[in-house]
Amino acid sequence: MNVRDQHDPQSESPPQNRRRRRTLFASGVAALALTAGLAAAPAAPAAPADAPQAVAPAKAGGKTLTVALAQSVDSLSPFLAQRLVSTSIHRLMYEYLTNYDPKDNKTIPGFATEWKSSADKLTWTYTIRDDSTWSDGKKATAKDAAFTFNKMMTDDNAAQANGSFVANFKKVSAPSDTELVIELKKPQATMTALDVPIVPEHIWKDVKDYSKFNNDEKFPIVGNGPFVLTDYKTDQYVKLKANKKFWRGAPKFDELVFRTYKDQDAAVAALRKGEVSFVAGAPALTPAQAASLKGQKNIKVNEGPGRRFFAIATNPGARTKGGEKFGDGHPALLDQKVRQALFLAVDRKTIVDKVFQGHAVEGAGYIPPRFKDYFWEPSDSQKLAYDPERAAKLLDEAGYPKKGDKRVGKDGKPLDFRILCHATDPNDKAIGKYLKEWWGDLGIGLEVQCLDDVSVPWYAGEYDLAFDGWSVNPDPDFVLGIHTCAALPEKAKESAATDNFICDKKFDELYQKQLAEYDPAKRAATVKDMQSWLYDSGYMNIIAYPNAVEAYRTDHIKSIKTMPEASGNIYGQDGYWSWWSAVPASAGSGGASGGDGGDDSGSTGVVIGVVVGVLVLGGAVFLFSRRRAATADDRE
Amino acid sequence: MTAESTPALVHSAEADGLADAGPSAGRGPRARNTKAYLRYAATKILGAAVSLFAVLVTSFFLFRLIPSDPVKHMTGGRPISSEQLENLRREFGLDQPMWQQFLDYIGDALTGDFGMSYQFHAPVMEKITAALPATLLLTGTAYILFTALGLWLGTRTAWKHGGKGDRFNSALALTLYSVPSFWLGLLLIIVFSVGVGPIPGLFPTGGLESGGETGFAYVVDVAHHMILPVITLVAVGYAQTLLVMRSSLLDEMGSDYLTTARAKGLRDDVVRRRHAVPNALLPTFTLMFVNLGHVVAGQILVETVFSWPGLGGLFYEALAGPDLPLVQALFFFWAAAVILANTLADVLYPLLDPRVGR
Repeated sequence: MNVRDQHDPQSESPPQNRRRRRTLFASGVAALALTAGLAAAPAAPAAPADAPQAVAPAKAGGKTLTVALAQSVDSLSPFLAQRLVSTSIHRLMYEYLTNYDPKDNKTIPGFATEWKSSADKLTWTYTIRDDSTWSDGKKATAKDAAFTFNKMMTDDNAAQANGSFVANFKKVSAPSDTELVIELKKPQATMTALDVPIVPEHIWKDVKDYSKFNNDEKFPIVGNGPFVLTDYKTDQYVKLKANKKFWRGAPKFDELVFRTYKDQDAAVAALRKGEVSFVAGAPALTPAQAASLKGQKNIKVNEGPGRRFFAIATNPGARTKGGEKFGDGHPALLDQKVRQALFLAVDRKTIVDKVFQGHAVEGAGYIPPRFKDYFWEPSDSQKLAYDPERAAKLLDEAGYPKKGDKRVGKDGKPLDFRILCHATDPNDKAIGKYLKEWWGDLGIGLEVQCLDDVSVPWYAGEYDLAFDGWSVNPDPDFVLGIHTCAALPEKAKESAATDNFICDKKFDELYQKQLAEYDPAKRAATVKDMQSWLYDSGYMNIIAYPNAVEAYRTDHIKSIKTMPEASGNIYGQDGYWSWWSAVPASAGSGGASGGDGGDDSGSTGVVIGVVVGVLVLGGAVFLFSRRRAATADDRE
Repeated sequence: MTAESTPALVHSAEADGLADAGPSAGRGPRARNTKAYLRYAATKILGAAVSLFAVLVTSFFLFRLIPSDPVKHMTGGRPISSEQLENLRREFGLDQPMWQQFLDYIGDALTGDFGMSYQFHAPVMEKITAALPATLLLTGTAYILFTALGLWLGTRTAWKHGGKGDRFNSALALTLYSVPSFWLGLLLIIVFSVGVGPIPGLFPTGGLESGGETGFAYVVDVAHHMILPVITLVAVGYAQTLLVMRSSLLDEMGSDYLTTARAKGLRDDVVRRRHAVPNALLPTFTLMFVNLGHVVAGQILVETVFSWPGLGGLFYEALAGPDLPLVQALFFFWAAAVILANTLADVLYPLLDPRVGR
């Protein structure tokens, strides 16, 4: 494109030449686009050709269940995966020693059929089932379980995800194919809640570096769960096919596809269209999304009790294990009366109604009511219900009388607090506004500090209050352990297992007691005592238990098990119950094939879509060239 | 940097003069010109290399300014003991002093190793090369389309400026330019993917493929998935090219050389296409190269709305954490792409406009 040539009248070319050049240019662009299209093909390391047997059944009229996921998989290796999406998929691929009853969260057999502990509580013997086979035909035995635990105990790289489960293990062995023996350093009540996927030794013994192996090189991935993973494309989808030989019975759907939707409004659109069969939201559907789906044809919005608690934590004074104090938590919060006064001035019902718009349950004890055995509620005399007058009285008693509009301490300084809020969580911000108002009426100032990542000031102990929340497992050991002295950091400001720098002798004693108690009822009683202590302390003020709000298509899924069974959630259960139990809707009702290319209407859509796209583009090119040709003809 | 070297418009009289001077001037000046050009190109390339290194250094510190604890974030909400946290920190090298981490980073980066992604446990380069084709396909196609559309409409509107078509097209382009891309994307999904009223849902709601297709069916499937995101990108992107092309062509239109061309008896069409447009293209050319640099960067918002498995979506995930090795590398590559595209424009410019670089 040299400027000089452009102005030379001699270089004017005849119309035929120009037309030819135009055609050449057009075909060049087309070729470029096509090449680009093909160039995308090698982007996927796991080409579908690797797993023809996986795709075939779906094509041959099999039933596919497609689930929209908000997260993408971080790793398919059970030794590395941290995200809920990945651990949920592991539940489907591998067996764990035990499972949880969908009815009541009680431990039931998994890979192990029975278990017993020795009299000294230090040796656990598990009977491993003999009717479980790996998907490559080899038998799954106690040796695979022993290998899995031993690997985590001896290789730090293999302990990244689940190392905490084996920290107290002394020795693990498999005297026979059906017997697994675990020796402990100290008694540990969580031995029936070891949520560790058991992997096949004959596959994993050859893995050299567990910190770099993501288990996504060879498909199908050998497993023994209700589904076998057959295909995975980063950031796009995970495909699993039903394990017809699964010992508990084969799943009813032939194929299960997890598809990544980074935008939840787009995922909701995909559900309305029928491209996916299920949407969980992130972490739940928003009230607006749920409202838009309610009453839609063929869509059911499912709301069940959540497994999370939403709390306000008060800084008890940050310190290290050695007792070194750090951080700048407000000294007034060291007084239990002040902490309780704050709690008394929070109207939890308003928060549930206005902020969660009814999609939550009012908070009480530390463990959500979903876990019936451990759920605890304060007695009437103990209860810190919304009572601003009592709060004012407590503050007067604590030495913070109201002078004018403000509460003032002995040092003459007004009582002003900061609260750490997650900038990404709209609930934090909304509740922050309510707190400002309620505590403002009491004469307490509040600054809501919203940050993208609160962990730095949090672990530096540089906060007064903070919005807090944890997802609770059927076994409550972990969420209790994060409030023990052992969880405090070694060095100041370093992140550690502790949640809120709580370190109390009484609480620690109770924690050790429940950990060593193998009788479920007695252990539950101790766990309730711990919650009672936590409630009175005012360190963790449970505001609400947000519900799980999710939706699915009833023309794809006829029935699906929730957990708890009576009225529970579907995504992120403890166990594989939902996807394993899902029954496809009858073929006549519009196709249970969730994938957009799976059924006839889907492929028709593809054809129509492509034809329309080509027509629009072609039309534009045609019009364009017609116009040009017309002017040229006019002039010539 | 390119903006400074953008020349004023080349007027025909001068250009013709140069054309005349060229052949008669003999070998001496031409050799001189080549030498001058090489010196000019070398300066630009050296400048680019310095910029690249500066970006490499910046990428290390920039994301460490965000107060965060990657290890804690990564394991958030899971039962993790203090020992495990310590192990992870050691594995990622976060227990090293900052200067040591910096030296390691620069040293490794110079050999092409950008480390391991914290959250994906895979080499950063592997993650980037896996996501790059999807981004190139989407933004590359959109780039070709919006550049072509912008040039075409820009020429048309300028040539018939003040007319109905001009007013309509300029207003439409500006409106679309001001629309947030993620909002437009969602709107397109609701209307053309789910379907509203009589409009059927023709296109998929997201992703790059349905999965399981091979051969030509795969190409068709990917093309089907591309339509809505490409439309979004083109709609939001073509206004820039249109406006620059329109205004530079308008500047040309009063020029004497066009009157001369018409006086020679050339058709209006030829005057526009062979005389006015090539000169008006120069500023647009700069813009095209700037945009070309952004092709690699992908489109974070559009890729997220359409769940497109490209670099934009990867960056979105990497930033939460942050996954330091991944954000560092992506930041570096994007900056590098823009720098390279600009350098390319700088180096090519004198070939198009001989006044530059002498």
